[in-house]
Amino acid sequence: MKRQKNLVATMIIEHEGELLIDWLEERSRRNTNLMFNSGLFNKEEFERQASDLLKIFTKGLKEDTVLDIATDEWAEMRDYLSELSNDKAAKGYSATETAIFVFTLKKPLFKLLSREIQAHPEQLTNDVWEITALIDQLGLYITERFIKNREEIIARQQDEMLELSTPVVKLWEGILVLPLIGTLDSTRTQIVLESLLEKIAATGSNIAIIDITGVSVIDTLVAQYLLKAVTAARLMGAECIISGISPQIAQTMVQLGVRFTDVSTKANLSDAFAEALKRSGVVVTKRQESF
Amino acid sequence: MDVLRAREVPLTSEYDIARARQMVRAWALEISLGLVDQTKIVTAASELARNTVVHGGGGAMFLELISSEQRKGLRLTFKDNGPGIPDIQVAMEDGYTTGGGLGLGLSGAKRLVNEFVIKSAEGEGTEVILIKWKLVTHD
Repeated sequence: MKRQKNLVATMIIEHEGELLIDWLEERSRRNTNLMFNSGLFNKEEFERQASDLLKIFTKGLKEDTVLDIATDEWAEMRDYLSELSNDKAAKGYSATETAIFVFTLKKPLFKLLSREIQAHPEQLTNDVWEITALIDQLGLYITERFIKNREEIIARQQDEMLELSTPVVKLWEGILVLPLIGTLDSTRTQIVLESLLEKIAATGSNIAIIDITGVSVIDTLVAQYLLKAVTAARLMGAECIISGISPQIAQTMVQLGVRFTDVSTKANLSDAFAEALKRSGVVVTKRQESF
Repeated sequence: MDVLRAREVPLTSEYDIARARQMVRAWALEISLGLVDQTKIVTAASELARNTVVHGGGGAMFLELISSEQRKGLRLTFKDNGPGIPDIQVAMEDGYTTGGGLGLGLSGAKRLVNEFVIKSAEGEGTEVILIKWKLVTHD
C-alpha cells in the first residue's frame, strides 16, 4: 500500500502545473458570481495557496501510514488549513466558499489519476476512494476551523459589548448617571451594578440616576435587579432616581404588580437631573440679558 | 379558532429567553398590536420563559398566530417537564416565591394577558397558555 500512495504523490508532483490549471478552472466554474463581482477572488492568491496545499498534501501522502488527518503525520496540513481558514474568514469569504477551495481539488485530481492508472482499474478504484475520503476530511476540517474562528470573534464581541454597555457618567459634582440599554440578563446586570457601586465610591457621589430609556422590557427579574441596585447604593450613602420609564412600561409594571415604592422615579432623564440638582442645592437660572 | 401560523422556540438558557422575547415582539408587530399591548405580552412571555428555564429545567415555547371571528391574537404555550407546581392556587398569589424572586411572575403575567390557563401537577411538569387578542375595530 505504501508504495502505491507514493505513486500518487509522485504523480501529483510531476503534474503539478497541469493540476493547478485544472483546479483553478474548476474553482472558477464553481464560483458564485457574487464573489467575482465583489473582486474577492484573486488569481495569484489562489495559485499560491493551491500550490502550497499540494506540497503539504504530497508530503503527507509520502510519509503516510494512515489516511486520517487527525494523526501526527498531518499536523502540518492541519496548521496550514487553520491558517488558511483564518485568512479567508478575515477576508470575508463564507464558510462554503472556504470549503469549496479544498473540494474543487477532487475533480482535477481524479482526472489525473484515471488517466495515469488507467491500466489498473482495481488500483484506480482504491486510490480514488482513499483520496476522496482524505479530501473530505480536509474540507470538513477547514470548515470546522472557519466556524471556530467565527465563534471566537462572537465571544470577543460579547465581551466587548459587556464593557461598552455599562458606562457610569458623572453629570455634576456628586451626581452620577447610569444609562441602561438593551437586555438586562444576569451577567450584564452584575457588571452594571458593580460599576455603579465602584463609581459611587470613587467619586463620593450621593445621587445616582439610573436611566432605563433604552431598556425595552422590565419584567420582575429586571425590576428586582434595579431594586437591589438601589438598595446597595443606599447602603453606600447614595440615593437613586430611576428615569426613563415610558408610558407602556409604566402600564405594564402596574399590572405586573411591581412597585418602586421608596424609589423616586421620573419620566425622563432631564427631569431626574433637575431633581438631583435641586436636592444638591444647585439652582439653575436663565441669565437676564440687560441691554 | 384557527391557527394561522405556529413556531416552536426551545427554552434552555438565558439566551433563549431573550430570543423568545424577540420572537414574540416580532409577531406582535405583525398583527399590529399597540405599543402598550406589545410591551405587556412581551413582558408576560419573558416571565414565563424564565420560569420554564429556571424552575422547569428547560422546555419550549409554542408561538401561534390565531384568529377567531373578528379578531386576531397571539397564543403562547410554555411547556416544561420539570418538578411541577404542587399547589397552583398558592403559586398564583402575589408575593409567593420559591426562588427568591419578587413572586409576581405568574400572577403578574396573568394580569398582562386576556386569557391565562395553567396546568401542573407535582412531578408532571407545567404548561401555561397565554392569549393576547388584538381587537379588530370596524368603522
